[in-house]
Amino acid sequence: MNPAPDPARAALEAAYRHDKRRVLATLIHLLGGFDAAEEALHEAFAAAAEQWPRQGVPQNPYAWLVSAGRFKAIDRWRGQARLAAALPELALLAEVEAPPPTPEAVQDDELRLIFICCHPALPPDARIALTLREIAGLSTEEIARAYLSRAPVIAQRIVRAKARIRAEALPYEIPERSELPARLDDVLRVIYLIFSEGYAATEGPSLTRPELCATALRLARLLAGLMGGEPEVLGLLALLLLHQARGATRTDAAGELVLLEDQDRGLWDREGIAEAQRLIERAFASRRVGPYVLQAAIAAVHAAAPSLAATDWTELLALYELLQRVEPLSPLVGLNRAAALGMRDGPASGLAAIEAVLARGELDGYALAHAARADMLRRLGQDEAARDSYRRALALTRQPAEQRFLRRRLAQLGD
Amino acid sequence: MRYACLIYYDPKKLFNQSPESNAALEQCEHHDEKLQASGNFVLGEALELPESAVTVQVREGKVSMVDGPFMETREMLGGIIVIEAPDLNEAARLAAGHPLAAIGSVEVRPVVDFSQPRPQL
Repeated sequence: MNPAPDPARAALEAAYRHDKRRVLATLIHLLGGFDAAEEALHEAFAAAAEQWPRQGVPQNPYAWLVSAGRFKAIDRWRGQARLAAALPELALLAEVEAPPPTPEAVQDDELRLIFICCHPALPPDARIALTLREIAGLSTEEIARAYLSRAPVIAQRIVRAKARIRAEALPYEIPERSELPARLDDVLRVIYLIFSEGYAATEGPSLTRPELCATALRLARLLAGLMGGEPEVLGLLALLLLHQARGATRTDAAGELVLLEDQDRGLWDREGIAEAQRLIERAFASRRVGPYVLQAAIAAVHAAAPSLAATDWTELLALYELLQRVEPLSPLVGLNRAAALGMRDGPASGLAAIEAVLARGELDGYALAHAARADMLRRLGQDEAARDSYRRALALTRQPAEQRFLRRRLAQLGD
Repeated sequence: MRYACLIYYDPKKLFNQSPESNAALEQCEHHDEKLQASGNFVLGEALELPESAVTVQVREGKVSMVDGPFMETREMLGGIIVIEAPDLNEAARLAAGHPLAAIGSVEVRPVVDFSQPRPQL
């Protein structure tokens, strides 16, 4: 490594940071596969390292790198004569001078890369690893640290995912209109899971986790830049912004859980909340709202309220009803709606609604469902039943902060 | 003539916090300087523990990867190349490009970053 400040080296490092993903995306499209594209990408950067210091930095590093990578690949294929004979399109690829890419074409290449990394034929953890490495630009070692895993494990996951893309000849394309909602949902889920991993982390070195949230936000912004016309994409970005804006007040300095009613709303990031509000308005204007937009709208109602008591529970309940309509199978939506009902109409209504959700059985092993039931019982003054439910919740959670909170509640009830 | 000196040790003995092994580790830090002063030094790196390694093979054009070092009685360590790469996947991709990856195997092991704490075993 040469520490001397040198414009070519700085330009090369900047290109590596900012253009690598787009160059890779375009090369995969041009050369028809990850392996050839990665080889070509590597050779293009090697050529740049050699030529830029002597010939100066090109006007458009992205175009230069794509062109260099393409020619390196063609040269290599020409050297493999048998392959050249078997590939008539190679001759074509070599003859035709590629037109300079339009911004739209580059965006399409980026989208193709995102959709292949989040392809439903890949196992979920492979989608996450591939997305973090190929789109977010994290190194294998960084992904391993963030997921408390070992680099060789993540490396194999990535290699296997690429082998599968090749073996199953997964198409490198933007899905058809008819397929788009389902395929887009796969992409949104990957980004949401990356964020959740950073947001809800309760073990391991906390230092690496905020980076995951920041990375997920970066991915959501990238996607919103590429597919701003899709309301669910705006909804996901808004939802993550709202979580991020209120994240700092969820725990106190000692790492103890702070309930929504006790959180210092003055510490919420108003700028992030305002940006999320604008995204939600844009999404609602499209008249096509899905689960991410509705969850963001629910989070925005909480974020807009000056205090818990001043929360617009009627608005929240209306949003929960809509959410239940688009996600009829999610018991968690029912639980949250029941809690909101308990806030608006009192604990007796809340308890009845929570009992109805628990009766369905899916949330029987979910600590927070029992904690919510206990909370309604406590407010009704039914201490004995409340203690039973808190104990049930305590037996079900493994998160230290949640355990301490539940023990405090039990202590308050004289247990 | 050049020689690769491949240093083998029992990690449980070297990292057991005993005064002797700590002294030995201390001396390692300055050993390269001694060899440089005498004109014998070409390249030297300490390797991370074997569990940080992956081994790649190319068979019929397909790359396969397994955890850890590759041990098969008939195979022996035949060379060491130090490469610069942004991460383990890129390093493994470069390693798979070596001609011998198609006959033997190439173990890819990160070089120790001495700003990180020593392993606790």
